[in-house]
Amino acid sequence: MSARLNYLLLGLAALIVAAPLLLTPGVEFSGTDDAARDAVATVSPGYTPWAEPLWEPPGKEMESLLFAVQAAIGAGLVGYAIGRRHGRDSK
Amino acid sequence: MHIMEGFLPAPHALAWSAAAVPFVAAGAWKLKRIVTDHPEARLQLAAAGGFAFVLSALKLPSVTGSCSHPTGTGLGTVLFGPSVMAVLGGIVLLFQALLLAHGGLTTLGANIMSMAVAGPWIAWAVWKGASLLRLPAAVGIALAAALGDLGTYLVTSAQLALAFPDPVSGFAGAYVKFAGIFALTQVPLAVAEGLVTVVVINALAGRGLVPGVGGKA
Repeated sequence: MSARLNYLLLGLAALIVAAPLLLTPGVEFSGTDDAARDAVATVSPGYTPWAEPLWEPPGKEMESLLFAVQAAIGAGLVGYAIGRRHGRDSK
Repeated sequence: MHIMEGFLPAPHALAWSAAAVPFVAAGAWKLKRIVTDHPEARLQLAAAGGFAFVLSALKLPSVTGSCSHPTGTGLGTVLFGPSVMAVLGGIVLLFQALLLAHGGLTTLGANIMSMAVAGPWIAWAVWKGASLLRLPAAVGIALAAALGDLGTYLVTSAQLALAFPDPVSGFAGAYVKFAGIFALTQVPLAVAEGLVTVVVINALAGRGLVPGVGGKA
């Protein structure tokens, strides 16, 4: 498959992700997991969660850090595998 | 798609955990066999796990005004089949449960069943179906990844609807409610995941290193 098609697909994916930011200004983009938790509360108002997370990131900033760490680990692995593949091909 | 810690009644949490055990065990067995028979596949296994790590860390905005994350399990499914994803996806979910308070240990089984079992098996079925229809590999991969992603969220919706049926409209009413939260938001993100999965497999697959994919995509 041509490199041009790759760029086209990546560009299209970026557009799909970026479009909501431009099309719906003034929206907070809260998480669907939280929305589902709130929906549980409306469907079953009597339900109380019976377990708590063992540990929670202390604040939003630390949570962002850990998400970034997760993405960095993953991107590192993918990049390493692609890099090795291309290194082998060019020999 | 993370059902939060404590947000499934204990019997549900137990049942989903019990259901997940054989899938994870079978996945571990398959993983071991791949590594012994094809040591050269380790690099791509790492990439498959890494891809799920990145994508499920990215909370992306959607046209509904909510944000959600892709699953990244379609890539490994196309490369190695669905069973190994129970392990790779399970690692991602465990990481998020322990370090991010996303999902939880009591809901780990349910979350594994949706993201690491149902999603990959849906993706696998779509991938095989696309091959039978002789669709181009790139189209098959994109469809598999996108529908596996979307399917994961539909399963999460069903899990929540089973646990919390609507007092009036029952399971169906609750399912519509939860799917309304998850599925609509997920549609554009699933499409984006499909496109990116094609690009990454293309980058990984050159010279036929990936059986059935390399050279055709």
